[in-house]
Amino acid sequence: MNTASCVPAGDVAHPRPAPAIASATRWEHFDHGADIGVRGWGPSKAAAFEQAALALTAVVTDPSRVAQRDTVNIVCEADDDELLLAAWLNAVITEMSVRRMLFARFQVELRGRQLSGVATGERVSPLRHQPAVEVKGATYTALRVERCTDGSWLAQTVVDV
Amino acid sequence: MDITQLVKRGPCEWHIPAQGNMRVPVVIFGTRDLVQGMDEKVREQAVNVAALPGIVQASYVMPDAHWGYGFPIGGVAAFDAAEGGVVSAGGVGFDVSCGVRCLLTGLKLDDILPVQRKLADALFEGVPAGVGSRGAIRLNDQQMHDMLAGGARWAVDHDWGMREDLERTEERGQVLHAKPAYVSELARKRQREEMGTLGSGNHYLEVQEVTEIFSAGKAQAFGLGLGDIVVMIHCGSRGLGHQIGTEFMRLMVESAAAYGLQLPDRELACAPLGSELGQRYLGAMRAAINCALANRQILTHLVRLVFADIVPKARMPLLYDVSHNTCKLESHWIGGRRRELFVHRKGATRAFGPGHSDLPEALRAAGQPVLIGGSMGTGSYVLAGTGESEALAFSSACHGAGRSMSRHQALRHWQGRQVVDDLAAQGITVRSVSSRGIAEEAPGAYKDVAAVVDAADQAGLARKVARLRPVICIKG
Repeated sequence: MNTASCVPAGDVAHPRPAPAIASATRWEHFDHGADIGVRGWGPSKAAAFEQAALALTAVVTDPSRVAQRDTVNIVCEADDDELLLAAWLNAVITEMSVRRMLFARFQVELRGRQLSGVATGERVSPLRHQPAVEVKGATYTALRVERCTDGSWLAQTVVDV
Repeated sequence: MDITQLVKRGPCEWHIPAQGNMRVPVVIFGTRDLVQGMDEKVREQAVNVAALPGIVQASYVMPDAHWGYGFPIGGVAAFDAAEGGVVSAGGVGFDVSCGVRCLLTGLKLDDILPVQRKLADALFEGVPAGVGSRGAIRLNDQQMHDMLAGGARWAVDHDWGMREDLERTEERGQVLHAKPAYVSELARKRQREEMGTLGSGNHYLEVQEVTEIFSAGKAQAFGLGLGDIVVMIHCGSRGLGHQIGTEFMRLMVESAAAYGLQLPDRELACAPLGSELGQRYLGAMRAAINCALANRQILTHLVRLVFADIVPKARMPLLYDVSHNTCKLESHWIGGRRRELFVHRKGATRAFGPGHSDLPEALRAAGQPVLIGGSMGTGSYVLAGTGESEALAFSSACHGAGRSMSRHQALRHWQGRQVVDDLAAQGITVRSVSSRGIAEEAPGAYKDVAAVVDAADQAGLARKVARLRPVICIKG
């Protein structure tokens, strides 16, 4: 498995500066055997959560193919940041499944242990989206929410497909 | 995996003696090559499982094991409720009761070849597959309850199948003590349009030809002959099972400390079998097993309708239906006495040996059919449970090949169209909604299923009966 190119700000034992690219708002996938890891970076924790959700969409299809037509409000809460990330991604997965939608854009607001999110997207079109695989759930494997040494945030976990 | 850390106990058996907080040893089945090829995380996860309360005998690892969630995929572990044993949602997985069923057809390859493309198109049309696909069946609240309690038996009662199918399905098509009341509204909602759908990813519907027989006697008992055509369906409990897995994994993660469980890995989250949460999970998980059994039964009916239309002379009895993501209460011999144990099989197949009372009369002498799915170009196998498997690993065997390459790596190697063309050149017709999905599932992205099956045979977990090659493959 790739390790995140970021170390927590509090890790003083082996401090490494986060690479410049880590401060950008972006997402990527990382390998996990039969399944796939989703990882988001952003200038804030909320932005990193948004990017991790975008990485989730990208497991299924190219997010740029998804039109921003309808919005869905999502709220969730959990006792710590990592559980909150898993809860957020699982809430998105449930909405994708129940509404048969794909999402191209996410907005997240965090207030303590509570998350309010808006997901924007459209109904799945097999022809246009060529959806590769459905996501069954977000796991607690390689689950991390951390602040990097440059102040940016990383949010990642493995999803079961 | 570093095999210098393991004690070799046979050509296909490796042990990690109990040490530290391990309550039992770890037993890994596989050839040197297969075990060396396993991720180090498999060892770590199997050792963690060996430390769970109430685990009995050993934490087992099948020859196709890979890194999972808390439990390794390909992990088998049994727990005794009377000794503080636990049940783990991660030890079952998100796709509760994902499994394989095999239908005989009474046809030979020559019956299929003239209609191969037509049959592929009709199966693709008749069996909803892929992300966002919808089944034709809508269940109201009462029907949903009855399905969750009744499983494949409920489906047969509604004319989606034949009465004889039930004795060829684990638990006779209906796991008892399911508690639909513990299935959340969200899980039901997620299932509302998914009854009778195949799903996506590594799930498939294949028409296959028997290309090799390893045990003539057992093959005859299973109704398999050289050149015979069969239909293999690989699918699980769809959105309902995924939601139950999601919800209970979170509940178990959040309440582990309250139950006094010291877990080295959050993902090992579990609950004591005697606790309220443990009982609620068992009730909901059993309902999800019934959902998977009902779903595969409905898919069977849809497949039979297509064959009746395209190849009317087909006669399609069920050979058997196995589940490979479950926790089941089973009776096993331990140290000369029978004990009732909750056996987790995460990516592992139950493999009862000859004479087992749970097997239908016609299969009792040969042992339980163990169905091992390959992927598109790679073969599938039918094995039979052995008598010695009971002592080796609570009558368990492998479940498939497992990936050798991530989905990303596969995308870098192949394009969907190229995979479809390559397979067509081998006489395999593929139909799928997603070109990218085909590339991610390319046969070359999977391990050699033959090596896994050979290891299971050599270890005595199950005996090889027949090899099958795909002729038509429907992917989600």
